Amino acid sequence: MHSRISDSTVSPALPGSAGHAPLRESASNGLKIVIVGGFGVGKTTMVKSVSEIRPLSTEETMTQAGVGIDDASLVRDKTTTTVAFDFGRISLDEQMVLYLFGAPGQERFWFLWDRLFAGTLGAVVLVDTNRLADSWYALDRLEHHGTPFIVARNNFTEPRHSLEDVREALDLSPDVPMIDCDARKRDSSKAVLVALARHLYSLSTDAAGKSTAAAGKSAG
Amino acid sequence: MIRGPLDKEGPDRLYTVTGGRSRADESRFDMVTLIVSESDPTPGMQSEHVKILRMCRRPLSVVEISSYLELPVSVVKILLCDLLDTGRITARHPHAARPGGRLPEPETLKKVLVALQNL
Ligand SMILES: Nc1nc2c(ncn2[C@@H]2O[C@H](COP(=O)(O)OP(=O)(O)OP(=O)(O)O)[C@@H](O)[C@H]2O)c(=O)[nH]1
Ligand SMILES: [Mg+2]
Repeated sequence: MHSRISDSTVSPALPGSAGHAPLRESASNGLKIVIVGGFGVGKTTMVKSVSEIRPLSTEETMTQAGVGIDDASLVRDKTTTTVAFDFGRISLDEQMVLYLFGAPGQERFWFLWDRLFAGTLGAVVLVDTNRLADSWYALDRLEHHGTPFIVARNNFTEPRHSLEDVREALDLSPDVPMIDCDARKRDSSKAVLVALARHLYSLSTDAAGKSTAAAGKSAG
Repeated sequence: MIRGPLDKEGPDRLYTVTGGRSRADESRFDMVTLIVSESDPTPGMQSEHVKILRMCRRPLSVVEISSYLELPVSVVKILLCDLLDTGRITARHPHAARPGGRLPEPETLKKVLVALQNL
């Protein structure tokens, strides 16, 4: 298999490996979804399998001091933290472009969550059932920030438990959707995104008139 | 993941690129704000500005520009502020998310759902 383009991930927008894969002229509305989960659970793999461009990576430097400090030069500030992440993109229609971010697995990144991924529509929490504890922190932060999410079990091996067992082990509310997936497969990763989009849509219709549409867990 | 490949650039390049400016204007751009060039590069222009103007002949997000330039997102935002102030680029800001972390309108989310189903 030396072919450079695999048939499942071929991108019509990609002119070449060195190209800058621009968007269509009419693109005007960027949307964000974040894929979170423990170290090595398959976040980058999932981004890669659904993205229309070769996955890219970059960094953000963030100061831990409050914003608005005039002389907080980002290069000399001793409290600067650098966070690396990867991302891909899916053009949804003439205007909308969905960006998928693979969040770093390390917990020390999480205090930057709300600034780094502000305005995100929702999150996919990828879990490996052999290492469920790795996802507790991510779940806790999402609930704390009120970011809607679904849980996707990336099946490295044949699952030995039902998704309901996993729900119980993770102490998830019954209204958080759960789905099995293989992050290496485009169709499977696509189904995960569809499940998240369906969840977001249903939250938005449920929440008409309520003050918050964002709770992934029911109150009380 | 916390330590990335850009570290080897060292702080000097970042300082030079931004002229040592603060982060004050960064909030003018989101990571997924789409940037479009409104003019061609001119002689004497800073090389990063030239690269951005060439890259954005068609729309490109802030985060993609950051990746291609191998510069942190916040540094790219500072570069973009200069270009925006001089009218050399326009910015198409995301307009799905509503203030206060609220979900977009159901109509928007329905479109997202249908588009993903049809991929
Ligand atoms: N067997 C199997 N391997 C997988 C699957 N998903 C990912 N992998 C492998 O698991 C390893 C880690 O996957 P990544 O996608 O890099 O994981 P990540 O969550 O991005 O990791 P970090 O960013 O380091 O936290 C890679 O070697 C993948 O090829 C899967 O569904 N099945
Ligand atoms: Mg990764």
